[in-house]
Amino acid sequence: MLAAVGVASQEELYAEIPETVRLRAPLDLPAGISESELFAELRRLAGANSPAGAMVSFLGAGAYDHYVPAVVDAITGRSEFATAYTPYQPERSQGVLQSIFEYQTAICELTGLPVANASMYDAGTALAEAVMIAVTQTGRKRVLVSRGVHPEYRQVLATETAGLALEIAEAACDDGVTAAALRAADTAAVVLQQPNFFGGLEDMATAARAAHDAGALFIAVVDPIALGILAPPGDYGADIAVGDGQALGNPLNFGGPYLGFMAVGEALVRRLPGRLVGETVDGEGRRGFVLTLQTREQHIRREKATSNICSNHALNALAALVYLSWLGKQGLPELGLLCARKADYLRARLLEIPDVAPYTAGPIVREFALRLPRPAAGIISALAERGYLAGVDAGRFYAGLDDVLVLAVTERRTRAEMDAFAGALADELATPGADRG
Amino acid sequence: MASTIYERSRPGRRAFSLPPCDVPERRLEELLPETLRRRAPARLPEVSEVQLVRHFTELSTLDYGVDTGPYPLGSCTMKYNPKINERVAALEGLRDLHPYQPESLAQGALELMYTLERWLAEIAGLAATTLQPAAGAHGELTGLLLMRAYHEARGRAPRKIVIPDTAHGTNPASVVMAGYEVLSVRSDGRGGIDMDELAAALDGDVAGLMLTNPNTLGLFDEHIVAIAETVHAVGGLLYYDGANTNAVLGLSRPGDMGFDIVHFNTHKTFSTPHGGGGPGAGPIVVRDTLAAFLPVPVIVREADGRYRFDYDRPQSIGKVRTFYGNFAVLVRAYAYIRALGGEGLRTASEAAVLNANYVLAGIRDLFDVPYDRRCMHEFVVSAEPLKQYGVKALDVAKRLLDYGVHPPTTYFPLIVPEALMIEPTETESKDELDRVIAAIRAAVDDAARDPELLKTAPHTMPVGRLDEVGAARHPVLRQRCPEDGV
Repeated sequence: MLAAVGVASQEELYAEIPETVRLRAPLDLPAGISESELFAELRRLAGANSPAGAMVSFLGAGAYDHYVPAVVDAITGRSEFATAYTPYQPERSQGVLQSIFEYQTAICELTGLPVANASMYDAGTALAEAVMIAVTQTGRKRVLVSRGVHPEYRQVLATETAGLALEIAEAACDDGVTAAALRAADTAAVVLQQPNFFGGLEDMATAARAAHDAGALFIAVVDPIALGILAPPGDYGADIAVGDGQALGNPLNFGGPYLGFMAVGEALVRRLPGRLVGETVDGEGRRGFVLTLQTREQHIRREKATSNICSNHALNALAALVYLSWLGKQGLPELGLLCARKADYLRARLLEIPDVAPYTAGPIVREFALRLPRPAAGIISALAERGYLAGVDAGRFYAGLDDVLVLAVTERRTRAEMDAFAGALADELATPGADRG
Repeated sequence: MASTIYERSRPGRRAFSLPPCDVPERRLEELLPETLRRRAPARLPEVSEVQLVRHFTELSTLDYGVDTGPYPLGSCTMKYNPKINERVAALEGLRDLHPYQPESLAQGALELMYTLERWLAEIAGLAATTLQPAAGAHGELTGLLLMRAYHEARGRAPRKIVIPDTAHGTNPASVVMAGYEVLSVRSDGRGGIDMDELAAALDGDVAGLMLTNPNTLGLFDEHIVAIAETVHAVGGLLYYDGANTNAVLGLSRPGDMGFDIVHFNTHKTFSTPHGGGGPGAGPIVVRDTLAAFLPVPVIVREADGRYRFDYDRPQSIGKVRTFYGNFAVLVRAYAYIRALGGEGLRTASEAAVLNANYVLAGIRDLFDVPYDRRCMHEFVVSAEPLKQYGVKALDVAKRLLDYGVHPPTTYFPLIVPEALMIEPTETESKDELDRVIAAIRAAVDDAARDPELLKTAPHTMPVGRLDEVGAARHPVLRQRCPEDGV
């Protein structure tokens, strides 16, 4: 091959790299190993963790331990999907393109909004992009975000828009739901999450009206499983809906990769960031699918693009589509109701424990928050030793809420597990002087 | 064409099974007030499990992946994705970890991330890593936000970022998202940055420069040391778009070239699958002067060998995504680097460069070669000579589909007319490279003999050339539902 190229040595191929920037020492990395050694090393690392299946988990807060059916792995594991890239050649990529089209349709159905993009990185980045749409659309620089929106989503929003000179104002969320009086004047967008970080259910319709009365867009951060039983954003007038699709057939994976979904009203189609797949025909009138409205995108518009995103989380979106197709029209509401019943049951059981009080007092669908008589961090540690992932300590995100525990209940939790957990928590709280927080 | 999953739906069919309700069966009306309830169910498909599997299996057969055949898509580094990486990423002890479970129950995950951060820093020749960014473009935005924080900490507020005209479109788009202005500089006659233009562009208002090296022409910028010196001299920083790192692993490090911030595309350089468009990962590595600004949390190793997340970083820019990064993708990147080791990585880059030069030698007589230099891991030719037959780069690409080879990237970089950008990668053997060369030669042969054959290609795909203009003019972005009457 060297002869065909016309060089005498491999080294000659690098003649154009200045000698001063050539690395002449070997990289300081461990030497390569065989596949069986590699498997053993990764098994050792995996073994140093406690996966959800080895514990009884009530952890949620943006990542949920729903069962992932076998069909999801079977389909997403097909290498034609997994090892392809962005469908730049539509005639040879109809599978990826059609599946994205079907995914977009499913997100439209879930959210009640007419247009969804091909997916984004996660809920936090999708929220940041949604706010950027609102800023461009309204020409305003102020954004009003409820403190009930997941604190990490808000942190991503603040970080990613740091160069855009926005004013990000917070709406109070002191009793588990966002304060009713929203100061939406001169605001580009009002953002609420449904259910919110504490599992509380917001009056989205009233908030949407307040936003629209002030000429602002209303952005709803929503949970796809809860949309089986909760009113969709389209019903209460949301202009943009975003959320995390992890719960739809994607493993926990220590926080990623997940998928951010985004849906908008017709008026915002050309401001959408990211990939969009559309239906079209070939010369013989046969249906086919292509990437479309690409004049919004960076590879054509460069600095005038709606966003810098040049990919999507296609394989995660495929998992979400397969999962939603597995659940189907009947299964999604059934799952939503099952989680709501179990969450309602567990909350009632835990509230029987002396000195445990509700933080989210109203209706819930899967997640809820409790006030404990002691800091949550110590309780979480103590219960971890008993095999429970008890929930998330709200105090890690909210000053003054050190005693608030946020718990999620999926369909995987049995009554027996919940009863035993209630016993363990009661036991822990009854132990005098056991405050190890 | 395949039916859609919605067209296969029949009322009452189901694939799902859920555990029985073992708690009191309170009615939805008791649990939720009417104003909060959904009125009508989402019209999701109703199919049996076998229908579901057959539908998506049929769709998969319409696609082309690295496992299907050669995929010389320039700038995308479509190398083979080792199967062991899939197996280890699926280990329950890595896959089923909740991001908020106590650190004491995730020590293996933290160790893996901590170790990978150090390996990436060594490969980059820089000091500190964040694994958070989800993609290359996301790494760019993160890097630019770090630049902003760096300048602000020095009481400066420069407004411009210099970008060469060969840059990926994500570069200027990221610059605008980060609140900066784009200052574009042209390439010189050898495909590198025009040093006179650069000198004229640089002043105290320049926050930094973004560069891909080797650049999108597949050429190593010979002036990199001088470029770094002049940018640093006005107080600017250098950002390395790592899309083309596959050319230089273990051979030349961005940090040694003078770059201050580097992103890697794990889905290009470190063999993690592209997934039909994602997920990938875009970790970034920075010089020690920028480490304090990295996103939180940072992983630290205590004296007793335990790992923990450190959120107490007062100068941090914050968070660029929820949780810690695309962990399952990073597991695969870890496995790849561990399997190859330092020497293996260098060998991979050497083979990638040799393969690109071999394919160029095999087809250079057919095309214009706009910058006739030694290419690195990819190269760009112009299909202008085929205009005499009325044939364009796009037509060549479509004809290659008929020959069973995935086409190259077309019409990029923008400074080369009728560009074909070819990156074979190191994982193709000489036999496959000869197949790619033969397919390209056959397509060009067809152009001379029967141009219509190219202009109407492809001829062997499930669909013919699709009407993209019509798709954009009358967007149909979701399945029409018969009951909506549209």
